[in-house]
Amino acid sequence: MKRTLPLVIVFCSGILLIIQHFIPSEESEFLYTYALDWIITVGVYAIMLGIWSLIRVTVNKARRDPGERFYAITTLAGFSFMVLTGWRAESLHAGSIFMTAFNYILIPIQATIFSLLAFYVASASYRAFRARSALATVLLLTAFIVMLRLIPLGPISKANNWLVGWILMVPNLAASRAIILGVGLGMIATSMKIILGIERKYLGGD
Amino acid sequence: MNLSGDIWVWVGALLTLSIFSFLYKDNPFYKFAEHLFVGVSAAYWMCMGIWGTLVPNLFAKLHPPLMKTILPAVAGKEPDYWYFIPLILGIMFLMRLSPKGAWISRWALAFIVGTTAGLYLTRSLRSDFIGQIQYSIIPLVTYKDGAFNFVGTISNIIIFLGVFCGLIYFFFSKEHKGAFGVASRVGIYILMITFGAGFGYTVMARISLLVGRMQYLFADWLGVISR
Repeated sequence: MKRTLPLVIVFCSGILLIIQHFIPSEESEFLYTYALDWIITVGVYAIMLGIWSLIRVTVNKARRDPGERFYAITTLAGFSFMVLTGWRAESLHAGSIFMTAFNYILIPIQATIFSLLAFYVASASYRAFRARSALATVLLLTAFIVMLRLIPLGPISKANNWLVGWILMVPNLAASRAIILGVGLGMIATSMKIILGIERKYLGGD
Repeated sequence: MNLSGDIWVWVGALLTLSIFSFLYKDNPFYKFAEHLFVGVSAAYWMCMGIWGTLVPNLFAKLHPPLMKTILPAVAGKEPDYWYFIPLILGIMFLMRLSPKGAWISRWALAFIVGTTAGLYLTRSLRSDFIGQIQYSIIPLVTYKDGAFNFVGTISNIIIFLGVFCGLIYFFFSKEHKGAFGVASRVGIYILMITFGAGFGYTVMARISLLVGRMQYLFADWLGVISR
């Protein structure tokens, strides 16, 4: 019951979703549409589990570690503020406190964290991309040409734009296809292993 | 200088500076902003999940009259009892919190895993596998307006050989020696061009984000430049 039934559910739901693809009918359409909707809906419950876990960990940290107490309270305060302001359906409308907090707390922090990477990428590339081999030179040269695209270079800009377009549409496309083919094969193999019950790590212990 | 009088702009600017302070070293300002971000984003996604998914996709389907004040479009619609299935699965998922009934959550998890595996199997087979092969089998000699197209021909040859050699590079069941090794070497050069292009685009994206943050600080907050 604890381990066999989940494997049966995985097998039946997986096989049903595969079959519906090969037998186009009203029933298949129904199954596909509803299955997609149900996955998204059940996924929201997973978010709630994650939040419960976050609150438990944060409260424990606040209790046990005096040095981290202030930061744990900050997390809980931020969480409570957003929950209180987002409690009503109207909270999602532009101009609400919930959306203002989203625009002036969440967006600045997120954008700044990502923009920090500009500094780290610059210093890392200085160390890593010195053209020590032919392969490194190809990588460096391509990156350089692509980055020049947005800089106005007078008459060279037109030629550079054409070259960047060609790089993206020809060699980049070729290698991307090879990677996507590999990833696709990996996805197919993993999906089959899961459906057939060979891969069962998602069930966890005991 | 035209300093902003909006309290929210100040909040955004001080949080931006707190995150930038990490460039010096890990410090209390950065840690404060980081922890605030965790709490705020968790609540944001929870509210979005409830109002954006649970209410329209579950509660409005199960009991439209109850939701008609929030979603006027569902008024007069018949309940769809098929949606009791995700409701039950969701409750099963929450059983994870119960020490004795945690194993029940595996049934909901099994449904998600099985359905996703079934969906991805056919999707990957069709678009990532067959689709990519189909688009790579292209004419190696091309003509434009009846005349030989040199650039088109070279491009198609590079696409065909690039995919072929790239795949050979990822094939590890045979030692990369001789003609196979040459093809693999060509493959890694093509892959390096892709990684270079990807790196260039990543750097550009980060720089444009940085420019955006600087504009926020100097235009929106301090008012020393105009947008």
